[in-house]
Amino acid sequence: MAKITLDNLAHAYYPNPKGEDDFALKELNHVWSDGEAYALLGSSGCGKSTLLNIISGLLHPSQGRILFDDKDVTQSSTADRNIAQVFQFPVVYDTMTVRANLAFPLKNRGADPQYIAQRVQQIGAMIGMEAELDKRARGLTADAKQKISLGRGMVREDVNALLFDEPLTVIDPHMKWELRTQLKSLHHEFGHTMIYVTHDQTEALTFADKVVVMFDGRVVQIGTPEELFDKPQHTFVGYFIGSPGMNVIPATISGNNAVVHGFDVPLANGYAALEGKTEIGVRPEFVMLTESEGLPVQVRRVEDVGRHKIVRAELFGNEINILVDEDQSISPDMNRITFDTSRVNVYVNDWLKPEEAA
Amino acid sequence: MTLELRNVSKVVDGLTHIRATDLTLNKGTMNVLLGPTLSGKTSLMRLMAGLDVPTTGQVFWEGNDVTGMRVQDRKVAMVYQQFINYPSMSVYDNIASPLRLMGKSAPEIDAAVKKTADLMQLSTMLDRKPLELSGGQQQRCALARALVKDAGLVLLDEPLANLDYKLREELRVEIPKIFEEAGSIFVYATTEPEEALLLGGNTAALWKGQVRQFGLTPDVYRQPTDATTARVFSDPPMNFLKISKTGSNIMFGDGQSAAATGPLVNLADGRYLAGFRPNHVELQQKAADTLAFATTLVVTELTGSETFIHLNFQGDKWVGVVHGIHDLELGAALSVHIDQRHVYVFSEDGDLVAPAAYALAA
Repeated sequence: MAKITLDNLAHAYYPNPKGEDDFALKELNHVWSDGEAYALLGSSGCGKSTLLNIISGLLHPSQGRILFDDKDVTQSSTADRNIAQVFQFPVVYDTMTVRANLAFPLKNRGADPQYIAQRVQQIGAMIGMEAELDKRARGLTADAKQKISLGRGMVREDVNALLFDEPLTVIDPHMKWELRTQLKSLHHEFGHTMIYVTHDQTEALTFADKVVVMFDGRVVQIGTPEELFDKPQHTFVGYFIGSPGMNVIPATISGNNAVVHGFDVPLANGYAALEGKTEIGVRPEFVMLTESEGLPVQVRRVEDVGRHKIVRAELFGNEINILVDEDQSISPDMNRITFDTSRVNVYVNDWLKPEEAA
Repeated sequence: MTLELRNVSKVVDGLTHIRATDLTLNKGTMNVLLGPTLSGKTSLMRLMAGLDVPTTGQVFWEGNDVTGMRVQDRKVAMVYQQFINYPSMSVYDNIASPLRLMGKSAPEIDAAVKKTADLMQLSTMLDRKPLELSGGQQQRCALARALVKDAGLVLLDEPLANLDYKLREELRVEIPKIFEEAGSIFVYATTEPEEALLLGGNTAALWKGQVRQFGLTPDVYRQPTDATTARVFSDPPMNFLKISKTGSNIMFGDGQSAAATGPLVNLADGRYLAGFRPNHVELQQKAADTLAFATTLVVTELTGSETFIHLNFQGDKWVGVVHGIHDLELGAALSVHIDQRHVYVFSEDGDLVAPAAYALAA
């Protein structure tokens, strides 16, 4: 396993990039620790696959270096980087049995047959396909084939890193839980450095130790799920993480008070005078619907989504979402909202403003 | 306007794809077909559309038998998971194409295209080619083509599956609004319980080619009639446990027991299958007479606001979702509680015996 260093890395798909806009991946400097599980999260076109392809060696960056431990691998081929990869769609040899598919990477590298047999059995159990080991891959369902791909990705214990590119897209929701849990157990057990690309926040947050949120070719925040939830560094992170995302409300800030259309919203901390576009960010989880206190809203719809309700309302012409527990009833008189003061963040020009003592 | 399936089944090469199904769908409703891959969602849609002819049974449209009628002769529109647009045509021409095939006049076409484009928020993109649009816009273009025909029956086969998570979230909110205005019968296939809940309307829970339950979406979710529906309509999956009732006690695990409360009081003596949802697993005892379990913590997953806890209770695998971030030691013992109000009781064969008390109150 290896530590991965991204040194001054950037990539443009066309020659002679002029401005920043020409770069699909804008300059970044990061060190990813050995043995940690990272998720690259962002919508399509954000640069996450570009970054993954640079790490795997499918793409050579237009500037900068990539190091595995302290070895420069920028110009090395994928094979020389000693990594395992699992892609969005299954890659299996149809004419081979499940067992032969799983054994393939080990056989290729001349591993001991006894070890191969034992390791394949172990991986077969992990992906829940022990009973199908001697079946041919042809004729298996798409999700069974993807399980084989996952298994094959994990069969070698000596790789530098395991890279996953949206590996659970074709898997049924119930199976997703199981496979993710297994990936997670495997990570605890073997401590592989894992990089997992996804646009699905649940997958990213539940899988990774650290989530790398990307937007428009840039890494906007690297943090634990808790950090991304509590203190999104950018309004995009607030919107992208959480379902529904964070509410962003224009406000004037003075000291430890925010003013929204003439209504006071107390803040936990004080702020010096701020310049630029100022907003407060509050997650739907921390907005409370009340009958008498707080800011006036018009409730538009209530969506019952099982374990909670999503209340979609309007606050001075802007949409605001409020989460209400499954067992809490909503009366027609509830047309005001208050915020959990400790959970109100302040943003200036879309970036989180650090708190200062007033 | 109604679509009625009477005793409709489909057998292909001796394999039953759809078991005998009776189902009536009404005008202006959203009907979700919820089930895992290969549960029969697409097969059932093809039978509804007339793309396949049923092995037994009949299909009625507005009371008329249309069983053998070709799809071209029916008022049907279908949207697939892979968005299908004509790449060389503009968005306007893509949306107009079904109307041109129907031989509508130019002014009629223009009015219908503009109205539908408005609804799908594509008005400013009518001159573009599909490939100049984002994935979400491309799928909205495909949806617009399905809607513009004013087909009585619109079938959507996992239409958002290929889209980004956030985009999906936005379209899930938009789609029910659009459908409220359109007034057709909508059928929407998905594998995701959350999607069914967000779409609302009615849900048919499918399992192995059979409609296990059909009703209002929140009702099917809260009051499943059998363990199969409960399992299909729960993400993470519902947790199950064998229990038995002896006198006034609920017995479970290795000789543990709790005094029965709520609907469980009236349960006849005998063995049952108890089910409870992951969000009802509690780390603290909040009510009297909870079912308490000494479990082993296998894995935790954090989402930032919640913690998913994967548990092993005497060989049964469970998942719990608890509020907040919990730093728990993997492999360690963890005691969890289930409020009896949250317990669904099924027979050993999986038929509902007693619904969870909370679900009746909700």
